[in-house]
Amino acid sequence: MSTLLQLRGLQKHYPVRGGVFRHQVASVKALDGIDLDIHRGECLGLVGESGCGKTTTGKAIIRLHRPTGGKIIYHRGNGGAPVDIAGLPASALKRERIRGRLQMVFQDPTTSLNPRMLVKNIIAEPLREQSSMGSRELETRILELLSMVGLTKDHYLRYPHEFSGGQRQRIAVARAIATHPEFLVLDEPTSALDVSVQAQILNLLHTLREKLELTYLFVTHHLLVVKYISNRLAVMYLGKVVEIASTAVLFNRARHPYTHALLSGIPIPDTGRRSRRILLQGDVPSPLNPPTGCRFHTRCPFVIDRCRAEEPVLKTFSDGHRVACHRRDEMERLVRDRFGR
Amino acid sequence: MTPLIRTENLVTNFYTYEGVVRALNGVSLVVDHGTTFGLVGESGCGKSVAVRSMMRIIQEPGRVEGGRVVAFFDPRDKRRGIDLLQQSEAYMEHLRGDQISMIFQEPNAALNPIMSIGDQVAESFLFHKKKEMAAAVLAAMDRENGRPPWPLGAFQRALYARTAVSPRDPLVALTGRLPLVRRWQMRLRREALRRSVEIIGKLGIPNPEAVARLYPHNLSGGMKQRIVIAIALACSPLLLIADEATSNLDVTIQAQILDLLRHLKETEIASILLITHDLGVVAETCDRVGVMYAGNLCEVANVTDLFNAPRHPYTRALLEAVPRLHQDGPLRSIEGAVPNLVNPPAGCRFHPRCPEARAICRKHFPETVHLGGDHSVACYLYTDRPRGEGAA
Repeated sequence: MSTLLQLRGLQKHYPVRGGVFRHQVASVKALDGIDLDIHRGECLGLVGESGCGKTTTGKAIIRLHRPTGGKIIYHRGNGGAPVDIAGLPASALKRERIRGRLQMVFQDPTTSLNPRMLVKNIIAEPLREQSSMGSRELETRILELLSMVGLTKDHYLRYPHEFSGGQRQRIAVARAIATHPEFLVLDEPTSALDVSVQAQILNLLHTLREKLELTYLFVTHHLLVVKYISNRLAVMYLGKVVEIASTAVLFNRARHPYTHALLSGIPIPDTGRRSRRILLQGDVPSPLNPPTGCRFHTRCPFVIDRCRAEEPVLKTFSDGHRVACHRRDEMERLVRDRFGR
Repeated sequence: MTPLIRTENLVTNFYTYEGVVRALNGVSLVVDHGTTFGLVGESGCGKSVAVRSMMRIIQEPGRVEGGRVVAFFDPRDKRRGIDLLQQSEAYMEHLRGDQISMIFQEPNAALNPIMSIGDQVAESFLFHKKKEMAAAVLAAMDRENGRPPWPLGAFQRALYARTAVSPRDPLVALTGRLPLVRRWQMRLRREALRRSVEIIGKLGIPNPEAVARLYPHNLSGGMKQRIVIAIALACSPLLLIADEATSNLDVTIQAQILDLLRHLKETEIASILLITHDLGVVAETCDRVGVMYAGNLCEVANVTDLFNAPRHPYTRALLEAVPRLHQDGPLRSIEGAVPNLVNPPAGCRFHPRCPEARAICRKHFPETVHLGGDHSVACYLYTDRPRGEGAA
């Protein structure tokens, strides 16, 4: 499997200004060194609690903001040389035709679609920006896109408010795939939707990925959704990736205590399996001033002295399974002894 | 099982510019003493409207137009039910937060940003428990000094004695409003604050005295939700209504809150009415479940029966649409969308999306049939008779 994107030490620090001269007094470390490989054709799930930097990662990859450090190496599908897009200026991104190849679907379709634009114009906007098409050509392309996401010609000349939540999300998907992208960031695409509609959108995304040979970065906090759609999962905590593994391995043989806690926290829609929880105490610490050593040590049930002093690095544990934890080798036994899972 | 609160054919309509939104179409449900009842459904199906109608806090342009809400607060006396829809507003004011209390979805919106946490919890005590607290203050005063110094101390004592007998006395109300004189009620407030610190501590918040002095913006989402729960629990209610209490929280925080609710159910409160759209939360916490669709209650059953043998086509479809931990094969989605309630489909409101719809489903709403084992369904698969009065 070839690599599509390589993130190396990606950082995003937001300045906090204060004092008389509005100088920088601190920084919110939203991303603090992300190392991640995204393979071509896969769906990588990115999970974690709110505020851990999932969305910031997604937005950094499609360059909605400029990361303050690190590299995003993009291996282009058309055989071009790999480029580091982390520092490229916006004009270069457009000139190299990278913008259209990396697209995003946002969380809430009611806010991500302009209420004063017709569906036609919403979908045409990226096409007009990225390519020069004649109006007839444009229309056939838009109709083709609409049918691809399960809408019809009737919806062509309507406004977003005339659609239900699920249909709006379909329009947002159509807009994202309009410019023939090879990579989509899906930022919680189903969390604003109802259960019955959520399944429709998930199935749509699944078929689109196979048909258009897309690669997804699926950002979500809902683990059961991500399990359904992803091949690999990366777990984030406070601006760091703490564990990466294939979905099956992560759900069955997780090595990081935070992953264990996340997994045991899922309410399972099945009455036969009420299992014992790993309850974490307290809240996520502030990214203004993250704890020293392992960032999870303030809430970790298996904390030892080493965790407080030394920050664990993401190390390969077994094939494709990488964990950042000092006690990764004994974690399975620890969890079994303490929580009987 | 002894019922605690029972609704009979509850009908609520909203009069909007677009027409009459028929939000509740004859909902009948029973919450028993000592159970956790879960109300599930998609957004806009009328879950929140149902409980708001029960509490009579439907806002304009909504109106509760039919049916009864009967509450049986004494579990031993099954006959003396109180129809909440017939009571005065003053009666309801004293009921809300005392016998029935509610946790709202968004803790940011439920808390007052310019009042300290302790004062917000204390408000509940000052409103409902004045009498009890005044008695406690009197006892404390008597313990401290046998004879109060004359005349101010005596007057203060008389005031507390008056409050202990009738908290709504006009003289008490007046002294509570006058500046300077208001200071005489300080001990009442201090007592309320002491109680609120106690209840905040009970909900597993470390260092409750310090937290009571903080303001909502100082706390995280999970902590705020705990404070909202503390306010709801302040007067140890008989029924706690949790309206999507955990939907906006993260998985690990949600696990903490659900665990807390389960623990409280065993120790503090009699019954919980849990409104949620998350079937996982229902499976983990509830004893009985009601499934709602477009203003109708389509199925009520014990939680194991509902998950193992769902009867209504909508319940089945809903359960199949949820991703499972051991999911294999594609997810089954329900085609179409939730109907607009201004103009709901005639007959059974699920028929346009139902795989087993027949001719009669399009004409009349089915009656609710009781299958064995406390399982009731409103669907023509199990009956041939349409519902009588109240049906659209």
